[in-house]
Amino acid sequence: MSTKNHFAICAEHVSRHYEMGESVVRAVDDVSLSVGGGEFVALLGSSGSGKSTLLNLLAGLDRPTSGAILAHDRNLAEMTSDELAEHRSHTVGMVFQAFNLLPRMTLEENVELPLRLAGADRRERAGRVREAIERVRLTARLTHRPTEMSGGEQQRAALARALVNRPRILLADEPTGNLDSVTGDEIMRLLREINESVGVTIVMVTHERARAAEFAHRMLQMKDGRLVGEDAGASP
Amino acid sequence: MKVRDLTELAARNLREALLRNSLTTIGIAVGVASLVSLCSLGVGLQQFADKRLASSGLFNAVFVAPRMNGRFGRDERQAPGSGDRQRALDETARSEILKLPHVVEAYPEIRFTTEILYAGNPYMSMVAGIPESDRTDGAFDGMQGAFFSDPRANEAILQIEFAKQLAAQPQSLIGKNINLRYAEREVLIDGSPNPTRSAKSDPNSGLSPGFSVIPRQTQLRVVGIVETEPAVGFGGIGRGRVLIPEALAEKLSAAQSNDLREILRGGSTSRTFPSLTVLVKTASDVAEAENAIKNMGFSTFSLLDATKNIRLAFTVFDLFLLIFGSLALVVASLGIINTLVMAILERRREIGVLKALGASDRDVRKLFFAEAGAMGCVGGIIGVVLGWLIGQALTFGTNVYLHRQDLPSIQISAVPWWMITMAILFSIVVSLAAGLYPATRAARLNPVEALRYE
Repeated sequence: MSTKNHFAICAEHVSRHYEMGESVVRAVDDVSLSVGGGEFVALLGSSGSGKSTLLNLLAGLDRPTSGAILAHDRNLAEMTSDELAEHRSHTVGMVFQAFNLLPRMTLEENVELPLRLAGADRRERAGRVREAIERVRLTARLTHRPTEMSGGEQQRAALARALVNRPRILLADEPTGNLDSVTGDEIMRLLREINESVGVTIVMVTHERARAAEFAHRMLQMKDGRLVGEDAGASP
Repeated sequence: MKVRDLTELAARNLREALLRNSLTTIGIAVGVASLVSLCSLGVGLQQFADKRLASSGLFNAVFVAPRMNGRFGRDERQAPGSGDRQRALDETARSEILKLPHVVEAYPEIRFTTEILYAGNPYMSMVAGIPESDRTDGAFDGMQGAFFSDPRANEAILQIEFAKQLAAQPQSLIGKNINLRYAEREVLIDGSPNPTRSAKSDPNSGLSPGFSVIPRQTQLRVVGIVETEPAVGFGGIGRGRVLIPEALAEKLSAAQSNDLREILRGGSTSRTFPSLTVLVKTASDVAEAENAIKNMGFSTFSLLDATKNIRLAFTVFDLFLLIFGSLALVVASLGIINTLVMAILERRREIGVLKALGASDRDVRKLFFAEAGAMGCVGGIIGVVLGWLIGQALTFGTNVYLHRQDLPSIQISAVPWWMITMAILFSIVVSLAAGLYPATRAARLNPVEALRYE
């Protein structure tokens, strides 16, 4: 296990099966992978290949049917519901394809939300919110609601929200899926910048191989719930 | 999540669906209002009854008579040959009774026939002594004018029907003087006021030396007019139509109807009382005072048991009102369940996001609970105000009716502080109970499915 200490995430024979009547859907099937601290990994695959399911398992949003997932040496499969919530709050940050900002809240309030849920000290919050928003270069949009922002701005806001609790792992599910190519590249550059400057480990789900190859250090190919290949990406 | 953050998030969520949440809150408010208005009627009527009973002077009073009196229908005569002499209920006994714990007043029933002279015309009437305690016990609430300025003042309060005989406008009598003609009772002892009289008492006969009756006249100033004659003491309703201070009545020493009987009893040259009304601080002090007076050798009587029965009846009445009032709140709680279940459907994705950002099942449950509790609290406060207004409206309507019937106004509803607190707490508890199912359902929501929800 000592070698696993270098990994931010380590999945061992992880499976996630769903029972649909009498048949069993193997969304993730015996997947083992390791992601090193500070690494930027892309999970590639076509729709239904199980990459988003695997990402949810790594995030602690779902539990594996079998196998172990170690995030900084803690096995998510053995955690209680409260411990998983704690893991999602402090260890990982999540970014979604649909941004998932709360529409009735301003940018500032959306970014502050994880700090509220984590019970962070009120006096520290303003500084941390501002720091996260500055990192994604949205200071001018502090009081704007999501509907008043472009898609790229919304995804940057989601990124600020994911980073505000200073997680060690950032999990991004198709972060450019709803964006045009120019805006998508901007987001990818921002992810790479955050990965390099802060040292956050990033696992990103995407189906855009070219973009993944340009920004990620490593690419893992999934098909029918299994890891079927691995390619090197951009140099770290 | 900290309480303040939870509260702020809940308030924000409630503001988002303002119309629906407002309607739900109004539903709760109506439920609480019905509960408060019904209970306020129960409590108001109980307070009204308590006040009237207290003003009757019956329930914090012990009625005392000599043991041989037999007045209260009990066979308390001493056993033949026992040799114990009956204790006289006189001024000495009265002083002893006044020294007992919790006793605030002990007065004899004074009632005598009189002739009132006003504007040169005579009017026959009955005078009654009114104890000082009536100043504060509510017996004279709503009277015109004022209570006696001093326990010994030469003042009178007239019952309105008698006042109408004296003047067409009874109120005009306030401040005017009337003359009271009465028969003063003067005890005969050796060297009696009339030494020429042949029938002097025989000191060896054991009979009372008797008394003479002397006509007297005194002037009284009318200070008040009372609508209904207060029923004071054991004498019950209809004691007198000209009411004077008890101390003044004693000072006048007017001959009363029971004086003739007293002559035949003999024994004492000092005046004895056929009965005394002893007032204690509260109804709960009656039993102790009654026992102490019995031990002094007197017969006693109180209406303690009657009070208990009345209170029991009101408690049952209040319970029924509480049950019927609560039904409306139960119906309102269905509104809360509906609103929160709808909120779960609408905010399914939001719940998924909250969980993805680190909210635990407990946080989500608490958030929905907070929203239910907030609606219950606001609904409870509005409901209490509405309930109070309904009570006031009912009191107003009742008093309009009573006024048309020439009856005095009454307060039929009461919303004491304990009721306000209990109603709001009850509203919150019912709302939280109603929020239990939606909150639990929201907490159990699978975040992956919730995030996939469109």
